[in-house]
Amino acid sequence: MKSYIKRGVIFLAASLVVFCVLFVLIQTDVINAYYSQILMVICINIILALSTNLIINYTGQLTLGHSAFMAIGAYASAFIQMNTGLPFFLSLLCGSVVAAVFGFLIGLPTLRLKGDYLAITTLGFCQIVVVAIQNIDALGGAQGLAGIPPKTTFAWVFFSMIATIAILYNIVHANQGRAMISVREDEIAAEAMGIDTTRYKIMSFTTGAFFAGYAGGLYAFLMMFIDPNSFNFLKSIDFVIYVVLGGTGGFVGCIASTSILTLLPEVLRFLGDLRMVIYPLLLIVIMILRVKNIRVTSFLRRKSGAAKPKERGEDHAAA
Amino acid sequence: MPLLDIENITIKFGGLTAVSDFSISMEENDLFGLIGPNGAGKTTVFNMLTGVYAPTSGKIVFNGESIQGIQPHQITKKKISRTFQNIRLMKNLSVMDNIKVSYAYQAHYSLVSSIFRLPSYFRQEEEIEKKSLDLLKIFGLLELKNEKACNLPYGQQRRLEIARALATQPKLLLLDEPAAGMNPQETQNLMDLIQWIRREFKIAILLIEHDMKLVMGVCENIVVLDYGKIIAQGPPDEIKTNKKVIEAYLGEEAADA
Ligand SMILES: Nc1ncnc2c1ncn2[C@@H]1O[C@H](COP(=O)(O)OP(=O)(O)OP(=O)(O)O)[C@@H](O)[C@H]1O
Ligand SMILES: [Mg+2]
Repeated sequence: MKSYIKRGVIFLAASLVVFCVLFVLIQTDVINAYYSQILMVICINIILALSTNLIINYTGQLTLGHSAFMAIGAYASAFIQMNTGLPFFLSLLCGSVVAAVFGFLIGLPTLRLKGDYLAITTLGFCQIVVVAIQNIDALGGAQGLAGIPPKTTFAWVFFSMIATIAILYNIVHANQGRAMISVREDEIAAEAMGIDTTRYKIMSFTTGAFFAGYAGGLYAFLMMFIDPNSFNFLKSIDFVIYVVLGGTGGFVGCIASTSILTLLPEVLRFLGDLRMVIYPLLLIVIMILRVKNIRVTSFLRRKSGAAKPKERGEDHAAA
Repeated sequence: MPLLDIENITIKFGGLTAVSDFSISMEENDLFGLIGPNGAGKTTVFNMLTGVYAPTSGKIVFNGESIQGIQPHQITKKKISRTFQNIRLMKNLSVMDNIKVSYAYQAHYSLVSSIFRLPSYFRQEEEIEKKSLDLLKIFGLLELKNEKACNLPYGQQRRLEIARALATQPKLLLLDEPAAGMNPQETQNLMDLIQWIRREFKIAILLIEHDMKLVMGVCENIVVLDYGKIIAQGPPDEIKTNKKVIEAYLGEEAADA
């Protein structure tokens, strides 16, 4: 318990420092409006990637429809806020809860499917959500929903990201997380050890949907305009790429890969059309390096001199 | 009232009757052996007992409750636990976490207390930690607690699997060929371990094993299965001399010897 509190305090202090530095840089225009926008998108993407990570890496369920929950959260929170004038945070929460309810309802039947079947079903669900929104006039239909008030600030996205990291970390390093990991490792053995695998799959899926919905809300109030097509399954694939590049389990890898891959297309913008060639090429190179197990995290660990002989297995050890 | 009462369970896979009319009855703290040639249906009996398969017909009563057809995780909660013929550890988890998974269903703190790290989280996690360490110590795996399960030598993996099954606090422990792949010394240690577990934890054990020395050495009652049917049942001495058994099973070994 003591070591947990110690680590918690260090984590909070570190995030405060990072926040202050970035905040000052933004205020003094060292990071211009364009890049501060990208910074906020990175934070939002990290929330999405971590929630995908919970489902794919920790629970071992391949979902290709995570952007659907982002869309549901985005539309629900924007719609609620614009029609009722509910405070920002409450509308974000409403959006997340709606996404979580959908996650639960979709998870209930589909999580009985395994591997490829689950992937295809979630992908189908994602497209259904997109098409459904396109046909709901109250949500702006295919034209998209405009006029969302700009309420998302850097402080909001940053601390939402920190809260997401803390909450997901706490889940993963607890009984529930252990159960989810055991589902990934060996479902039959997990059942034999008394773990209700269906229950934990649904718990993971619903939690993931909740955070995706929350991130969707942040996104809507940042962009002030959302259209259904930007949430199609290609967006879900982005999250899968972040997660796969991040490596099994760990949070640090996932956060690093998301930041890099969100930033990369912007940095490569000077290349013009070549960008569309270079970006995928870089992806392939990074993927090969990953397979050779040159991990960002292990590199950092070695650098930081934290020479604890940590096994990968310890990533999941309880706090 | 017996602890376990199996009455005429039969299971068919398509046209194949893997087990037919299987009946046994075990008291608390009994140690039974289940033997038979390859493909006789031994593992299938375990799978029916643990809810992996539902019997096509028949009745399984455990602890006074009918348990056939309920899900594996529910059966574990009713205090039957097992190991697997082809070891099924959580390969990428540490030895310690493998044990902790078994305590997961016994912990009763909610997702909310995990998220906000409420006192109930710390209290129960501490307890789980302590119990897991105790168990690892008993099984001589304490030094290896941070090792990934897949890095353990084969014999240790078998031990860990038994430890993990015990962590669910069963009243009936099902061991599926625990000595497979062990050398004679390891098998001897395993025999001692099984007898010690039975005494210490006061549980009933049903053991599938091909190693005759082990089975005859520790079990007080042996059930012999051939082509899904029980062909003999009794104490080791009787089984050793049973004609049908020698024909069906020991015959191969007797011929070898
Ligand atoms: N799910 C299944 N579907 C079809 N047939 C099965 C299934 N499970 C087991 N069988 C068949 O049932 C029979 C008994 O298998 P079982 O695994 O119980 O044998 P066993 O006695 O454990 O053998 P071994 O000593 O080789 O482990 C075999 O013929 C097997 O092919
Ligand atoms: Mg078998």
